[in-house]
Amino acid sequence: MRVTINGKSEQVPAGTIEQLVRQRGLKPEALVVEHNQRIVRQAQWAQVRLQEGDILELLRFVGGG
Amino acid sequence: MKVGIAGAGGIGSNVAAFLARGGVRRFTLVDGDRVEESNLNRQFYFRDQIGRLKVEALAENLRRIAPDAEIEPVALRLDAAAMATCFDGCDVVVEGFDGRIEKKMLLEALAPRRVAVVSASGVAGSALDSITVRRLGTCTVIGDFCTDAGRARCYAPKVALVAAMMAHVVLEKGGYYDNPIDP
Repeated sequence: MRVTINGKSEQVPAGTIEQLVRQRGLKPEALVVEHNQRIVRQAQWAQVRLQEGDILELLRFVGGG
Repeated sequence: MKVGIAGAGGIGSNVAAFLARGGVRRFTLVDGDRVEESNLNRQFYFRDQIGRLKVEALAENLRRIAPDAEIEPVALRLDAAAMATCFDGCDVVVEGFDGRIEKKMLLEALAPRRVAVVSASGVAGSALDSITVRRLGTCTVIGDFCTDAGRARCYAPKVALVAAMMAHVVLEKGGYYDNPIDP
C-alpha cells in the first residue's frame, strides 16, 4: 500500500498508525502524528487503519523552550 | 485576539513580548516557575525580577510595552487535563515548554479542540541556518527539529529568532499586519 510520509511516497504494510510507528522503530513518547491533516492522539493510534493514498506527517519533538 | 502562552521561558516570554509590540492585548500566561539568574541570557526578564513568579514578572514587563493589555497570569505547572481546559477562550496557544513530552501532550490535548497551536522544536545551540517551519493540522512548529536542549545550551540569538518566527505566525493569523503595498 502506498502512503505519503513526511512528503515522500512510500510502500508500507497494511495496518494501523500504531503498527506503522512500531515497524519504523519510532519512540512514541515525543512523537506527534498527523493523518490526513488531523493530529491523531496517541491513545487513538491503534484504532486508525491506514488507507491507500493517506498522507502522514510524523514529527518527533526535541526539548528546549 | 486572545493568546495563550504555555510556558514562559525563552520561547514563551519572547513570543509574548513580540506579540505585545505587534498589537496583541489579551494574554493568558501559564507557568509554575520562578525567574532564575541563568534565564537572563535569553529570556525576557530582568535581574531585579530573580525569584519572582515568571507569569507575574512577564505580565509586568508586557504592561511596560502595552499598559492597556488584559493579562491573566496563571502560576501552574500544566498536566494533560489542565492543558485541555486552561486555554479556553484563547484563539491561539503558543507552546513554549522545555520538555519534549510536554510539547507533544499540548498538541494532542488541543488538536481535537481545533485550537491553533504555534510550537517550537529545536531551539538549543547556535546554528541558525537549519531553522524551518512545519505544519500539522491546526499547528505550526518552528525550529531545527534536531538539537535537543539536553545536548546544547540555549542562547539568545536562536531562541529569539524562533520566537520571532512564531510571533509572526500569530500576528499573521490575527490580522495584525497592515495590507502590504504592492511590491
